[in-house]
Amino acid sequence: MNQTLRTVLDLPWGLYWLQTRRLVRIELRRNLLSWRAWWIYFLAFVPTVIILVHLLKESHPAFALTEDSNVLAGIVQFYYIRLGIFFGCLGIFSRLIRGEMIERSVHYYLLAPIRREILLLGKFAAGSISAVMLFGTAIIADYAFIYAGFGAAGQDYVFNGPGLGQLEAYLGITVLGCLGYGAVFLLLSMMFRNPTPAAMLVLGWEVINPVMPSVLQKISVASYLRHLMPLSVPGDGIFALLTVQTEAVPAWVATLGLMALIVVVLAYSCFRIRRLELRYTTE
Amino acid sequence: MNDRILFDDVSKFYGEVLGVNKVSFSLPPGITTLVGPNGSGKTTLMNLMTGLVRPSGGHLSVLGLTPADADRFFRMVGYCTQFDSFPRRLTGWDFLLDSLMLHGMSEGDAFRLAHEAVDRVRLGEAASRRIESYSKGMRQKIRLAQAIAHHPRVLVLDEPLNGLDPIARAESLALFQELSRQGMHLVISSHILDEVDRISDRVILITGGYIVAEGDIHQVRREVRDKPMQVLIRCDQPELLASRVFVSNHCVEARLHQDGRGVFLRTADIDQFYRILNEIAVEGLVKIEAVAPADDDTSAIYQYLIGSEGGPS
Repeated sequence: MNQTLRTVLDLPWGLYWLQTRRLVRIELRRNLLSWRAWWIYFLAFVPTVIILVHLLKESHPAFALTEDSNVLAGIVQFYYIRLGIFFGCLGIFSRLIRGEMIERSVHYYLLAPIRREILLLGKFAAGSISAVMLFGTAIIADYAFIYAGFGAAGQDYVFNGPGLGQLEAYLGITVLGCLGYGAVFLLLSMMFRNPTPAAMLVLGWEVINPVMPSVLQKISVASYLRHLMPLSVPGDGIFALLTVQTEAVPAWVATLGLMALIVVVLAYSCFRIRRLELRYTTE
Repeated sequence: MNDRILFDDVSKFYGEVLGVNKVSFSLPPGITTLVGPNGSGKTTLMNLMTGLVRPSGGHLSVLGLTPADADRFFRMVGYCTQFDSFPRRLTGWDFLLDSLMLHGMSEGDAFRLAHEAVDRVRLGEAASRRIESYSKGMRQKIRLAQAIAHHPRVLVLDEPLNGLDPIARAESLALFQELSRQGMHLVISSHILDEVDRISDRVILITGGYIVAEGDIHQVRREVRDKPMQVLIRCDQPELLASRVFVSNHCVEARLHQDGRGVFLRTADIDQFYRILNEIAVEGLVKIEAVAPADDDTSAIYQYLIGSEGGPS
């Protein structure tokens, strides 16, 4: 045991950290702002544009503030978690390894003096930063536009009421959502040439997850995020399909549970990339 | 740490398709040329050597390290692949600097090495342009620059002369020779056999995933005993020389050189042939100016051993 610990401690962690930072910097510079990802920007900012139009075109009486807060909660719960972040992360994370395999440029990374696990985690970090910056910005903009129209009442709600706490929760959900779906899609992109059908299965799994036994409910990103929502919005009609009703768990348990899920998925991804063979002819 | 590239009974199967089968060799520093037809397993050997694919069986090491130990392995190995593709939207400089920065070196060191590599491949001002705008030859050069920039001890080059004009080819070959003189390992596959032949220290002939010959080119030629060796003899009376050698019954074919000042003689027993040639020279009837083997180059051996299966690639 001591020998194992010593071996781990003797690893060049400083070098790994430096390589990870540089990998993240390279990935962000190459991929953060790219017109090829226009549809991901569209996914992130569609609600923002709608809320902005609502802000500019409609009046905002003070009594509508609670209703608009519920609308924002609904947008986060029904749109961002289930669709926007889901498909955005599918686009961002599936191109990190698979995209470079399709473009036949991943070998430059595999031939660098960098452990493959570090390569994977660096790419995951870069994808997470991209996704969080994109969807975090979108949610902050949504939030600002929702409450900007209410004037003093809006300011009071934000700064003296529950507003900032809700924003914090939405941003936390965004971060965890990006990490969770990101880890899943990074793994799927290494397992399948086209990860989209597998992603559709994941979406289906997320939809039917609430009717699963409680042990299976733990294998779901959305079910954990649901417990972190500051406002609960019951789903009606079509939205009922996108609503996750799981056993109530404390926020810290949900957070730790999701983090554990992410760690397990990333650990398996590290195992996969360790065994990855490059055969561009099969791409 | 040893100084060899070792393959010990290495096999690679892609499903049921054979890549290479039970390959064993031990390469010292110098230039080794891989020769074989399309699909013979040359690129598979190089990919195995650099860890892009994993062996189905056997063991391999490069200077005592395996690709699994990426931290140390890829500081010593550079691989210029055949894949003519690059990360998007990068200039030549970006491409080199990004690669070097992943080694963990300082920005100053990375810039210095990138500059040196660009100079060595003579890419010049083009390094500042986006790679998308490069000609095939320039792309070949920037790939070579990336492979040598970190001063590896082993350089694996898959068709490194493809797309280069004659001058650039000559410059690249001179660079390979210089690197070899510095004690590096160079493993090269190329279909431009007459050019790489001039600089090769040894050759590995591979076909159908099997190595059919390996070693110093002249030694390999001597081992191909069922093909009589051809020797060019420069002399003042080639016809007389040919008749004298034929009399001794060691020559199976004679062909006058087109300039009339030499003769190609083919013999099944090269040692005996040289003895007879010495006797003729001592007699003084024929003034012999030069004697040189005419078919112990890679191209000829390739033709003898695997030429029937298609051209080299």
